[in-house]
Amino acid sequence: MYNFTFHRPTTVRQAAGLLARNPEGKLLAGGHSLLPVMKQRLAQPSALVDLSQVEGMTGVELKGRSVVIGAMTRHADVAKSDVLKEVLPGLASVPGSIGDPQVRNRGTIGGSIANNDPNADYPAACLGLGATIITNKRRIAADDFFTGMFSTALEDGEIIVKVSFPIAKKAAYEKFKHPASGFALVGVFVSKRGPDIRVAVTGAGSNGVFRVKSFEEALKKRFSPKSIEGITVPASGMNSDIHATPEYRAHLVGVLAKRALTKATA
Amino acid sequence: MTANGIGAPVRRKEDFRFITGQGQYTDDVTRPGETRAVFVRSPHAHARIKKIDVAAAKKMPGVIDVLTGAQLAADKVGNLICGWMIHSKDGSPMKMAPHPALAAATVNHVGDAVAVVIAETTAQGKDAAEKVVVDYEVLPAVVDPAKAQGKGAPQIHPDVPDNTIYQWHLGDQKAVEAAFKAAKHVTKLDIINNRLVPNAMEPRAALADYDAGNDSLTLWNTSQNPHVARLVISAFVGIAPEHKLRVIAPDVGGGFGSKIFIYPEEVVCLWAARKVKRPVKWTSERSEAFLTDAHGRDHVTHAELALDANGKITALRAKTIANLGAYMSTFSSSVPTYLYATLLSGQYDIPQIYCEVDAVYTNTVPVDAYRGAGRPEATFVVERLVEVAARQLGLDPTDFRKRNFIKSFPHQTPVIMAYDAGDYNASLKKAMELADVKNFGKRKRESARHGKVRGIGYSTYIEACGIAPSQAVGSLGAGVGLWESAEVRVNPTGSVEVLTGTHAHGQGHETTFAQLVSERLGIPFESVSIVHGDTDKVQFGMGTYGSRSGAVGMSAIVKALDKIEAKAKKVAGFMMEASENDIEFKDGKFTVKGTDKSVGFGDVALNAYIAHKFTGAELEPGLKETSFYDPTNFTFPAGCHICEVEIDQETGKTEIANWVAVDDFGTVINPMIVEGQVHGGIAQGVGQALLEGAVYDANGQLVTGSLMDYTMPRAHDLPSFHVGLTETKSPSNPLGIKGCGEAGAIAAPAAVINAITDALGTEDIAMPATANAVWTAMQKHPPKAA
Repeated sequence: MYNFTFHRPTTVRQAAGLLARNPEGKLLAGGHSLLPVMKQRLAQPSALVDLSQVEGMTGVELKGRSVVIGAMTRHADVAKSDVLKEVLPGLASVPGSIGDPQVRNRGTIGGSIANNDPNADYPAACLGLGATIITNKRRIAADDFFTGMFSTALEDGEIIVKVSFPIAKKAAYEKFKHPASGFALVGVFVSKRGPDIRVAVTGAGSNGVFRVKSFEEALKKRFSPKSIEGITVPASGMNSDIHATPEYRAHLVGVLAKRALTKATA
Repeated sequence: MTANGIGAPVRRKEDFRFITGQGQYTDDVTRPGETRAVFVRSPHAHARIKKIDVAAAKKMPGVIDVLTGAQLAADKVGNLICGWMIHSKDGSPMKMAPHPALAAATVNHVGDAVAVVIAETTAQGKDAAEKVVVDYEVLPAVVDPAKAQGKGAPQIHPDVPDNTIYQWHLGDQKAVEAAFKAAKHVTKLDIINNRLVPNAMEPRAALADYDAGNDSLTLWNTSQNPHVARLVISAFVGIAPEHKLRVIAPDVGGGFGSKIFIYPEEVVCLWAARKVKRPVKWTSERSEAFLTDAHGRDHVTHAELALDANGKITALRAKTIANLGAYMSTFSSSVPTYLYATLLSGQYDIPQIYCEVDAVYTNTVPVDAYRGAGRPEATFVVERLVEVAARQLGLDPTDFRKRNFIKSFPHQTPVIMAYDAGDYNASLKKAMELADVKNFGKRKRESARHGKVRGIGYSTYIEACGIAPSQAVGSLGAGVGLWESAEVRVNPTGSVEVLTGTHAHGQGHETTFAQLVSERLGIPFESVSIVHGDTDKVQFGMGTYGSRSGAVGMSAIVKALDKIEAKAKKVAGFMMEASENDIEFKDGKFTVKGTDKSVGFGDVALNAYIAHKFTGAELEPGLKETSFYDPTNFTFPAGCHICEVEIDQETGKTEIANWVAVDDFGTVINPMIVEGQVHGGIAQGVGQALLEGAVYDANGQLVTGSLMDYTMPRAHDLPSFHVGLTETKSPSNPLGIKGCGEAGAIAAPAAVINAITDALGTEDIAMPATANAVWTAMQKHPPKAA
């Protein structure tokens, strides 16, 4: 690890100010992606701006027809939120599948989304529910937020403050874990909220999280696993590595989508 | 059996300190003025070193010195060696290329060390290491053993043409050819035994301390065999004479073979400590471990089985290419030869066997012994061939095995080994009962109802343990004898210290060895302590590997205890004014035969030391005895593992639905520890079969260079194991012990692959049989679910 300065602001405004003064700085929102690459000397931020003491950035709250989760809410806290389990169990099931207990007790929803790891779970949940990412500057629809592998619509100095998830009547996540890392080799989030039907896939695409329009179209008739029977997802554009071929990933998208639909409609 | 004696499931003494964080591992040891070593490692698999510039690095803060391979050579530090001579079939000796602890001319694998920074802190050392400028001329690399000998392959070492270290063989080639000509049926398989990365929980570490006043060195390191490390570092590397070098292997957190070997880092720390006149410590990081700890397996094999009209095996032949990596590690030459081909008879009466092995260099991390070392590779060849042969002949795989089992002992195989005891039918029968084989069909149909295919796989394995009779291994090329030593020190108050040349790094010797002493001397288990791992305390020993500590190490303790008893009887005789021949020893009491006169063990111990009851002319005071025990034969643990798998047809994911292991380990000292050893072994074997596999790309970069890509088995990958025992005593040592440390890792891979191929209805699937691989196989040949 290289030397860096460490800052621990208590307000979002202070954090934004520190970021502005440290153009080579990074936000620390849990650190389970950032710190390992710093230890390997593959990242060299000049400053870390730790968000853990910033007020008002944690918690799960029911607000009207949405659930709002503070960006610094730890995965473990999201997973055990009674409110969430009650109104949106499909989303509540996502953080429990992330990493191991250590990761779940440090990692945060904001950190995960801002990093947009192509194998991360939360991006599928955001896109799969049509969430709104609320920053210190604006509100960004999930459809516009994830712009490619490790890339988002966030601008310099922009900090995710909270994420608002509309409550979908039917929603579920199914994940096939990467055997070594525990990330999603493929993960599929499905939801139905009135006419808004979404199927979002993480882990599989070489350009990060994406929606499967062919599935969504088919599900408009009937939100059931049967509706997507026989529809295949092309292998082109899928990730290829030692753990899974593009063909296998494409196949898993279909299998997991059906399983998620079964769960969502149970 | 006493409460804490032989056969009792005593809780491990050592666990209190381990689970309360009070273990003392090498990295926990600190010396005043300690410095840190940070190695500069090659990013290339194969390159010529044109120039190394350390000037900028030396100026960095906290840097004490930066040392290179050229300085190492100038100081005449010797190369690392491989200690087992193998001769090729043409009689020529193996071609061992130089292995300097720091490369000076060429680097031969990614991670090969070229320089070392000695700094006040690791962070400063790392900063400085980045400033070492190495000018490389990158050369083409070869990583695949099957391609290492070809014309197009780059030659790695100048004096080793075709990268071929030896071309060895064993058995009667002509007789085997005749048997294959006469065969009614021949089963053929191409097998890759996948390369594994050991991943002991504690990474390797070394701390070297130079005492300028005495011109002597002390090395704390993560070793399974500190005396062998001292011998090699003294006699071959030439760092210091043996009496000026103390090697201490304190608590060691797992080895699995990877800590047997003498590595460059410990040599460099010793050399550097003398140069900078301060203690030098190095602790490997996990990513460094992936690139420097000796890997395991990596065989490419073509194997064939000849059968007669009655389904009897008449011959087996195998041709194997073994990847030894960029340099020959300490015992690497023996693993694919005498630890492999000698076990190709398995549990079967096979009249003729012939095996050829080519060992090759590649631009990969050195490969050496890893849990089982050669024997898992042999078992995999035999048990896969047998399974496939049975299926091809339309025979039940258990009936086919029974038809070919060795049934009388001793049995001389055509590949050196003379099996001395066993009952292979007994373990198969017991395992089949525990696995409820007769209801397998019902379970298979039940799985089919849930979209899953079920399969059952057997592995009736054998291994040679209790390594080993010195004369025998000497005749096969070993550079050392493989006896073991023990010293039993009885203190005046009757407590006992046992010094052993074996070394525990997870096996629980402090418990099991104490159980033996407690039972034998009739003293409390708590009154016995076991001392190991320090060359200044223990006179000499060969360390722990090859499931030898029970069979060989405890036998040495038994011999020393015999001598203790004999001497104690003399003391007791003087105490009770009786002839030593009239003294009986039982349950910790010395009794004059036919009388009620007796003295306790503690009294005798005290009298041995105060020496008031006898004169020096009659008897030497004290109660301490030493023994060196050399076994008469290997031991042959064997057994049957049955694995049942359930495969998700949609995802290809294999779940292990049930696992039964019935092993014959001879005498069991502590069944709880033995069961733990079996569990761990199976976990590693399942890891190899389903999950693990080191992958290099064509340029020699290790793709699976971290735990994010190299899949270690986790608890959730494994079922609860059903473990049973059968027992035939080993006639080759006084306790009848056979050894249990490697059995699981040897038996498991074949059991898993036999089960998966049974489920899929295919002949073969390569390891690791990942979900993706199984799914792909099912796309080609859709399985019948029931």
